[in-house]
Amino acid sequence: MTTQALPFYPLRDSATMLRRNVKRMLRYPSMTLLLIGMPVVFLLLFVYVFGGTLGAGLGAAADDGRSAYANYVAPAIILMTITSTVQGTAIAIATDMTEGIITRFRTMHIARVSVLTGHVVGAMIQATIAVTIVTGVAMLAGFHPEAGLLEWLAAAGFLLVVAFSLIWLATALGQVSDSVETASNLPMPLVLLPFLSSGFVPTDSMPAGLRWIAENQPFTPIIETLRGLLMGTPIGNSWWIALTWCAVIALGSYVWSKHLFNRES
Amino acid sequence: MIEVSGLRKAFGEHTVLDGINLTVPHGTVFSLLGANGAGKTTTVKILSTLLGANAGEARVAGHDLARDPDAVRAAIGVTGQFSAVDNLLTGAENLTLMADLHHLPRAQGRRRAADLLDQFDLADTGKKPVSTYSGGMRRRLDLAMTLVGSPQLIFLDEPTTGLDPRSRRNMWQIIRDLVSGGVTIFLTTQYLEEADELADRIAVLDQGRIVAEGTPDELKRRIPGGHVRLRFAEPQSLDAAMAVLGQASRETDTLALRVPSDGSLRALKDLIGHLDDRAIEVDELSVHTPDLDDVFLALTTVSSKAR
Repeated sequence: MTTQALPFYPLRDSATMLRRNVKRMLRYPSMTLLLIGMPVVFLLLFVYVFGGTLGAGLGAAADDGRSAYANYVAPAIILMTITSTVQGTAIAIATDMTEGIITRFRTMHIARVSVLTGHVVGAMIQATIAVTIVTGVAMLAGFHPEAGLLEWLAAAGFLLVVAFSLIWLATALGQVSDSVETASNLPMPLVLLPFLSSGFVPTDSMPAGLRWIAENQPFTPIIETLRGLLMGTPIGNSWWIALTWCAVIALGSYVWSKHLFNRES
Repeated sequence: MIEVSGLRKAFGEHTVLDGINLTVPHGTVFSLLGANGAGKTTTVKILSTLLGANAGEARVAGHDLARDPDAVRAAIGVTGQFSAVDNLLTGAENLTLMADLHHLPRAQGRRRAADLLDQFDLADTGKKPVSTYSGGMRRRLDLAMTLVGSPQLIFLDEPTTGLDPRSRRNMWQIIRDLVSGGVTIFLTTQYLEEADELADRIAVLDQGRIVAEGTPDELKRRIPGGHVRLRFAEPQSLDAAMAVLGQASRETDTLALRVPSDGSLRALKDLIGHLDDRAIEVDELSVHTPDLDDVFLALTTVSSKAR
């Protein structure tokens, strides 16, 4: 017997799932606040506690170290805001997967991927808000970007690409975790990797082995690109290395996530 | 509505379903009865497309389960054992979420949500988050969400487990109303009373096999333990009847006899014939069929001994 295939509405279903996630975020804003709080604390710590000395180490004049370091570290803090959001996304997805309503979704004739895209788009919105706030706080703390409108737009677009790829990674990590605790631990490397990059100190100040790691991990080209766009430092080939990393991470994580969601419960 | 043959499922070495055959006609209530771990939930999971079977054929709502799971999903509604509601949303939001996922136009979706809240006695609490609901309210909302898409076939996996007696009776009434509206129900339960109340046909599932199937009355008749109770006016009649019937056990205090019987018309005719032949006067005759608890215990212990 041939049955007439019923149509799917992935965009409409994704919008519905997005509305669900936004409602959940608004109702329980503590998670979003926590995700913004962490990078702000690091920002204040690095600018006001370590900033004077680290800035001097960058070769700034002794009385100008703090503001020089604020400009140096801000892109890393902005990136940390994204990794922090990503950790929240992994936790949110792991929590959601334990709820019965996901089982209900699986028995319904809906575009299945919308359950995930709803989370991804929700997290993108969350990341955008968080990055905006953290950038604002950084500017109050002495971050003076030299970017013009075009560079700002490019930086915003670039950050969206980075957030998109890492959030898909979080979507997979959140599903592969069998508990919420695991989901909060698995993205830890993402939170720590910015420290092992050119984000906080230049890589040439590191010992050889560490330096090799720092120069060959995705966060260094990402931070160099962002720093170049905002501060006018040379970008070189960082931008396409960064975008390649993002494309690989996004594609791999998307395929992995879909596979994980479709496995049998 | 459901046709299943030779359904098997194993998780590793552990066989959960060992060749299940079922037929559920349109517009009826079918109850799968079994203890915890008998395979009820696995059966529901397979028939509702959540799990794949290892072997066997199944057609659900006219569609092949393995080849066309999407068409099956479009026709069914599932209310599982664990509440499938979003705890952070309100009752009304949960229902509009379902309406949106069924692609109802916005106004129509709102109306459907409001109607269901009324119908399930949730109108007052519709604007409160589900996390504040009681167990019974949560189950009602769960079922209401299943109904948003007007499914032709509804799977109810232990819909009243953990509910208080009043909520349970409420749920039964809701299920009866659904059936009278033409919906087919596949119900699993570990409560015999529930299957007896609601089901047109019952299958008893034990260790992955169906050990008995039939209407509640058929099942009760199949089980030894049924008897006819005869009460007499005089001790002489009791003695006379005892002599004729042999197998009976007597209750001297109440001048009664318990005669083992399957309660069928034929057995009753024979019994009355014997008594009539000897002109024994009987004051009162009553037929006692075993209740489903007897059936269940008898069937499931027999099959676990067989292993």
